[in-house]
Amino acid sequence: MTRRTTIAVALDGAGWHPAAWRDPSARPTELFSTGYWIDLARTAERAGVDFLTIEDALGLQSAAFGAADDRTDEVRGRLDALLIASFIAPTTTRIGLVPTVTTTHTEPFHVATGLQTLDFASRGRAGWRVQVSGAAHEARHFGRRTLAPLDLEAVRRGDSALLRELFDEARDAVEVVRRLWDGWEDDAIIRDAATARFVDRDKLHYADFEGAQFSVKGPSITPRSPQGQPLVTALAHQTIPYELAATSADLVFVTPHDDSQARSILDEVRNAELRVGRTGRPLSVLADVVVLLEATPELATAALERLDAEHGAPATSDALIFAGTPEALVERIGAWTDAGYDGVRLRPARLTRDLEQLAEWVLPAFDRADAPGATLRERLGFERPANRYAVEETAA
Amino acid sequence: MTTTPRQVHLAAHFPGVNNTTVWNDPLQRSQIDFAAFEHFASTAERGRFDYLFLAEGLRLREHKGRIHELDVVGRPNTLAVLAALAAVTHHIGLVGTLSATFNEPYELARQLATLDHLSNGRAGWNVVTSSDAFHGANFRRGGYLDHGDRYSRASEFVSVAKELWDSWSPDAVVADRASGRFLADDAIEPFAHHGPQFDVAGRFNVPRSPQRYPVIVQAGDSADGRDFAADHAEVIFSRHSVFEEAQQFYRDVKGRLAGRGRTEDSLKILPAVTFALGDTEAEAAERAREDALAQVGPKTAITVLEQVWGVDLSDRDPDGPLPEFDPDPEASITKGWAPRYPNAVQVARAWRARSEAEGLSIRELVIAVTGRQSFVGTPASVARELDRYVQERATDGFVIVGTTSPHGLDEFVERVIPELQERGVYRTEYEEGATLRRTLGLPEPTQIAEEVRRVG
Ligand SMILES: Cc1cc2nc3c(=O)[nH]c(=O)nc-3n(C[C@H](O)[C@H](O)[C@H](O)COP(=O)(O)O)c2cc1C
Repeated sequence: MTRRTTIAVALDGAGWHPAAWRDPSARPTELFSTGYWIDLARTAERAGVDFLTIEDALGLQSAAFGAADDRTDEVRGRLDALLIASFIAPTTTRIGLVPTVTTTHTEPFHVATGLQTLDFASRGRAGWRVQVSGAAHEARHFGRRTLAPLDLEAVRRGDSALLRELFDEARDAVEVVRRLWDGWEDDAIIRDAATARFVDRDKLHYADFEGAQFSVKGPSITPRSPQGQPLVTALAHQTIPYELAATSADLVFVTPHDDSQARSILDEVRNAELRVGRTGRPLSVLADVVVLLEATPELATAALERLDAEHGAPATSDALIFAGTPEALVERIGAWTDAGYDGVRLRPARLTRDLEQLAEWVLPAFDRADAPGATLRERLGFERPANRYAVEETAA
Repeated sequence: MTTTPRQVHLAAHFPGVNNTTVWNDPLQRSQIDFAAFEHFASTAERGRFDYLFLAEGLRLREHKGRIHELDVVGRPNTLAVLAALAAVTHHIGLVGTLSATFNEPYELARQLATLDHLSNGRAGWNVVTSSDAFHGANFRRGGYLDHGDRYSRASEFVSVAKELWDSWSPDAVVADRASGRFLADDAIEPFAHHGPQFDVAGRFNVPRSPQRYPVIVQAGDSADGRDFAADHAEVIFSRHSVFEEAQQFYRDVKGRLAGRGRTEDSLKILPAVTFALGDTEAEAAERAREDALAQVGPKTAITVLEQVWGVDLSDRDPDGPLPEFDPDPEASITKGWAPRYPNAVQVARAWRARSEAEGLSIRELVIAVTGRQSFVGTPASVARELDRYVQERATDGFVIVGTTSPHGLDEFVERVIPELQERGVYRTEYEEGATLRRTLGLPEPTQIAEEVRRVG
């Protein structure tokens, strides 16, 4: 039996090419309107996309790494991703919704209840893309701590002390969020008229988390949500983030540029799992790729060149930029799944046009059967996790 | 001469996590499944309510050191559920209670601006200030804020948030393909605020939202709370629903407005009220009595008593007399409730005197003193009474609190709303495309910030 290929689509602004908003297909004046987001979500859902991710950050987009810029020629401004996902939830029925939520300046308690509520509103289709904020200017938006400017060399070498601190905090944030998600056993609400009790407090559990950056008592104010634990995901490019994913996530996005990198990155992810002593289900691994699709390779190249010209330079990305035909992309995806990947996260270069191209020409090449009413976990073949506290009791 | 009568404004309070909500009623369903919120919102919108309202409590309540079990408990994240409701409603305002203590302005301002975008201008923010260490234990900073500083932080919070909301010019996004210009020149004004509570600077990342600011609601009752309301609030969610008391509160708060250059109409006062309806006055009274008995069961009666006395009273008979001794003024065995009984000894003595004078048992006394059945009668008499409150300036309207979730509002919408409409004091249709601020009949935010921009 062939494994089902997971196909996710990453939403951001007008698309992942910096000049995407200038494409004739773009709707650049509607990026902050509800109609735009609903259209994208419904197109993706109809096509059988497994889940959407939505980018976010606690500051303006910037072309400079870890610093602000003053550009007026690219899309700037974003709505809060968790709230966009919550809005999309009741207008869709099958697609998973995975907003980016930052761990650095936010309150883990609010993050936990926000994602639980997305899980309720979507009836079990919520996920979380965990993200740290290392930008000094974003820290100034909060004024609570000072972050040194990121040392790019140290980041590249993989021994940035700041990165280590931020990812340790992210690991703690995911841990406390997961404890809060389990704080109510599934049958904690009893409505027992005989004893006049609405809830059984023996089935409510304190998180009692104490870490370097925060302590959280718990329990959550929100009961356990349909999936129990919404799906946790992270994007990772190197050792420290690989280890965060291996420790804390269910699924990781990585950025191979060719077949040999695809193999070496997968090895690194599996090694990270060994190093951190991951038990249970191995990480699902998805390859990220920026996609621009046209009917012929020439048309695709020309479209990319036109965008690059408008941008004033060739676009760059952490992920592979694929400009080609739908058939070639299907082959590309097949090569990754043959190499052991669970699937891909596609980042449309021009959101409106390339999502339509994906829906029409790429998704039909994959088996998209899904059970109606399935949760995101069920759709991707994950179990509904047992409640850690209920398990402890049974074991005791 | 005919004049248009003052119009009644109504908010629909999603049933809360407390003993007002009767969970063993046959109509009671899940209070957390999204279907409950969808039903409640569509009922309120069918009833042409001004807005839907959600309270917030950031920690499960505890009594005698353990999580309280007797009341409905478990609620969603306020912002996320309102964003979801924005997708399934079209006209009704969406007002959430959100703490100025356990949030930071940049994040909350962008969430509220997002909600305003997603709802096409229907967002509101009830600014609350609970700041104790009990709630703080769920947050990064713990119980860091002195009770006395709660409103200085809230005030500074709202000021910073407004600076952020104003920082994008209204026509910031030009998206001109030909010139390659997405943002206009000076589209985003940098902000910098250096105050005792916040020391922040940078640029905001959400474009200006339809209402510019969400409607600001306030619910505190102290003198500081009233001043904060007079400075910032456009709606007060008040506790004062008894007619004379409500009139007094109304005069007090509205009297603070003129000195701040505000008109009486720029602040609406809406107290929380419950209701019990019947075909006859007697039937309504009987239902109110049934509700009260369901809300104050024997164990709840003892719990309320323990909250005042500060000691364990579980061996007391709820159908017997009140304790003969005075409370321990230092003892506190309950956490997470709004402080309702600041002077326990005085309260206890008054309750004992009343129970002796009227021959009330513990449970009957607790029903008498905590009863919330503000409006009891036939639909016509309840409508008449609601109208009187508004015409005689005791309130500008009401926050209607149902007793079951999510059906608690159905009967009010089906029976009382038509009576109010009949009286000509309540809308029969929403104005198409109206923002929440417009639905409430509130003035637009002043243009001061705009002028500052132009001069600056
Ligand atoms: C009618 C009413 C409703 C309130 N609802 C909430 C609430 O839902 N969540 C909350 O944290 N505080 C709530 N509060 C508390 C107040 O917002 C305020 O923080 C507290 O009363 C302290 O301020 P004060 O000293 O001015 O009363 C409410 C207060 C009133 C009067």
